[in-house]
Amino acid sequence: MAQTQSGAEGLTSLPALLHRNATKFADAPAYREKEFGIWQSWTWAQAEKEIEALALGLINLGVNEGDFIAIIGRNRPYMYWSMVAAQSVGAVPVPLYQDAAAEEMAYVLEHCGARFVIVADQEQVDKVIEVQEGLHQFEHLIYLDPRGLRKYDHHSLHQFSHIQDQGRAAYDEWIEDLKERRAKLNYDSTCVMLYTSGTTGKPKGVVLSNRNVIESARYSSEFDKLRQDDDILAYLPMAWVGDYIFSIGQAYWCGFCVNCPESPDTMMTDLREIGPTYYFAPPRVFETQLTTVMIRMEDASPLKKRMFDHYMAHARRVGPDILDGKPVSFMDRLKYKIGDLLVYGPLKNTLGFSRVRVGYTAGEAIGPEIFDFYRSLGINLKQLYGQTEATVFITAQPDGEVRSDTVGVPSPGVELRIDDNGEVFYRSPGVFVEYYKNPESTASTKDAEGWVATGDAGFIEEGTGHLRIIDRAKDVGKMADGSLFAPKYVENKLKFYPNILEAVVFGNNRDECTAFINIDLAAVGNWAERNNIAYASYQELAGHPQVLSAIQEHVEEVNKSVAEDPMLSGCQVHRFVVLHKELDADDGELTRTRKVRRRIIEDKFADIITALYDGSDKVSTTTEVTYEDGRKGSISATLEIRSAKVMPVAQQMAAE
Amino acid sequence: MLDSTEGYTTADGRKIGGVVMEMKNITLRFGGVVAIKDISFDILEGEIRAIIGPNGAGKSSMLNVISGFYVPQEGEVWFRGAPRPQMKPFEVARQGIARTFQNIALFEGMSVLDNVMTGRLTHMKSGLLAQSVWRGKAEAEETANREVAERIIDFLEIQAIRKTPVARLPYGLKKRVELARALAAEPKLLLLDEPMAGMNVEEKEDMSRFILDVNDEFGTTIALIEHDMGVVMDLSDRVVVMDYGKKIGDGTPDEVRNNQDVIDAYLGVSHD
Repeated sequence: MAQTQSGAEGLTSLPALLHRNATKFADAPAYREKEFGIWQSWTWAQAEKEIEALALGLINLGVNEGDFIAIIGRNRPYMYWSMVAAQSVGAVPVPLYQDAAAEEMAYVLEHCGARFVIVADQEQVDKVIEVQEGLHQFEHLIYLDPRGLRKYDHHSLHQFSHIQDQGRAAYDEWIEDLKERRAKLNYDSTCVMLYTSGTTGKPKGVVLSNRNVIESARYSSEFDKLRQDDDILAYLPMAWVGDYIFSIGQAYWCGFCVNCPESPDTMMTDLREIGPTYYFAPPRVFETQLTTVMIRMEDASPLKKRMFDHYMAHARRVGPDILDGKPVSFMDRLKYKIGDLLVYGPLKNTLGFSRVRVGYTAGEAIGPEIFDFYRSLGINLKQLYGQTEATVFITAQPDGEVRSDTVGVPSPGVELRIDDNGEVFYRSPGVFVEYYKNPESTASTKDAEGWVATGDAGFIEEGTGHLRIIDRAKDVGKMADGSLFAPKYVENKLKFYPNILEAVVFGNNRDECTAFINIDLAAVGNWAERNNIAYASYQELAGHPQVLSAIQEHVEEVNKSVAEDPMLSGCQVHRFVVLHKELDADDGELTRTRKVRRRIIEDKFADIITALYDGSDKVSTTTEVTYEDGRKGSISATLEIRSAKVMPVAQQMAAE
Repeated sequence: MLDSTEGYTTADGRKIGGVVMEMKNITLRFGGVVAIKDISFDILEGEIRAIIGPNGAGKSSMLNVISGFYVPQEGEVWFRGAPRPQMKPFEVARQGIARTFQNIALFEGMSVLDNVMTGRLTHMKSGLLAQSVWRGKAEAEETANREVAERIIDFLEIQAIRKTPVARLPYGLKKRVELARALAAEPKLLLLDEPMAGMNVEEKEDMSRFILDVNDEFGTTIALIEHDMGVVMDLSDRVVVMDYGKKIGDGTPDEVRNNQDVIDAYLGVSHD
């Protein structure tokens, strides 16, 4: 295959990497998916054939170079093939979040002007059909699962397998055309366009070139010594840059196997069956898993429970040191080995982490207890810091230098800079090309020298060179008395308690801080069950006096720990309320990646915030909610406002 | 009015064929109680036929007559153009009729997969000996049956609970497992006894979608009993309305909705 020679060995595009893998690792598994209870697999050679058939089918359907092809669905090999096939024919793949509502999809589809859309099933077909009237460029819809679609008008609707069949049938007709298009791809061609969820405003289309994706994949694979025989489980949203880099970028660079779960609900079972060697999960997944383990241990027999507690205490003491290769006494090592045999090994096996060599968490801060729990079991869990605009990697923790409060050192090829306001800037080969059709935003994010603003405030630690992130730069504010206000810092401390799912702290330009708190239904529900507390709904449980007292204790403990930090001691939470509904992306309160949207929450719950500051001890409120199918309803509740004890602020002003 | 003997085409383009089953002047008595009084109606190939009525109208009795569990004192049940003799339940199953129950009747101690596999029983031909030594035909047969079971598990989206004992499942999922077991028999006629009783709105919507998909995908004829009028009107092609053992209405959902007798039976009527 002819290639523009500018990257290593002419590997300047995904189709080129695919071809190399199909030649070099022909019989090694490239994709696996569990279907009908059995793991089906495709070798690299087979994957190349499938992708080629699809690419030919797309040309046959009339896809031109430069067209945009939207891809909507859960992680399945076919969806990954669609991404690569789209690039093969010179089109730009645009993966979308599959749980987005139809209107949200309409914006993105219209913005990129997608002529073709490849979707997973009837649910997605319905959404696209619902909005297609407003889409001027939209022409053809390709679906994977034909179930329920028989009666639909098939003028512009095609089944995925038929497109592949047509591609195979028209092989002679189009293969030369396809070869030509593949040959034109180079390091600067667009590899993918990903829409950022955006905590403010409309989503922006981040254009990433082959250079961005392949260089990032190469550097990061070398950093963690990823191998061809690694296995990953692909279960995070395909529209998220992380999944793109892990399941396509690194997978194609290294040639390792991407495993797709049977359904979103079976993820935990599938994880255990596959036993990935390289694993990525947001903190939330680790939290959920830990909560599940703890709940199950509560129900275990006394002997097992004692054994678990005893050896876990030992693991917490020496486990992380053993993992980091630090000196540990022989007796401690021996005891750890016994613990591994009795507790850690079986537990890792249950969690599906027996084979994990490299594990990452990112996206949000992870609780130190949670982080240490996994590391003490001997799982090499690390943190990284990145964003879509950087093609993921900005900083990552090297093996042996792992801590829960930093996000690591700059990744290979990345330069860091902190400006006067504390905002973090970076420059790297992974820096995105542009925001599609949005030169103003591009210019305000990326300067002429290629430095990109992260929007996060942080500092580089003296001595270790590790980066520490405090908060979103725009969220960092000042309290009325001039002390620093960093809501995320406090929220993270609150969220480390299993009972608390989400927290939002207010206090910018005010005298004191207050907070909204969401309880974690799984954890609190289980606690209620064990304590014979009856409840009929989320709302009732959230308003239960005993629950409120438990949360109050957590808030007071957090205040104690916040008070220890002289810079941020002003951020102690004086009053809080436990919300009657879970903050939800469908209601616009969170982004699709579950980040808090402060402005929207402030507007929507303005009455509760007022009550938090005016000293009243109760507030009645009515909130509009959106159901999964898009219908709206409302719930009303009377919420109790509680005051929490705060620690006296250390007299740092006077002392200075 | 629909011409029920010739078949028809529904609004959404499905072809409904000839008569699969016909009830001719059925009367069913339990001692002195008349549960069903002289009822006649038919079920056409490929349609979704609902039987509705207030409490105690005789709906479940009617379904039991269709399934062959009750034998009516008067009248005949015609199946595929011939009067059906009195049959044992397993003979009914072999004819291609499967059902679910109002009060779930699953094997609580067995896993979901095993429960679904029991639905394949009528399709297993190898003998006891072959099954015990697990060689040749028996093994191949089990593999083939497992594949059918897995396709149904996939269809009803219950992969995550494949190995879970039924006793541990919530009510809504048990209902779905029961549907899976009935489907595993690959029935020509599927009888559903209150498939949505006791469910919340979301579960009802899911179940409705599965029922429509089963009908659409496998072409299965479905007769169902249901309380929730909204659901019935959305799902079914034709509806039989019963009250105190008598048939008071029969036709498309719209016809039934505007039938004065039906309105009276449901809303009550003043006797003056």
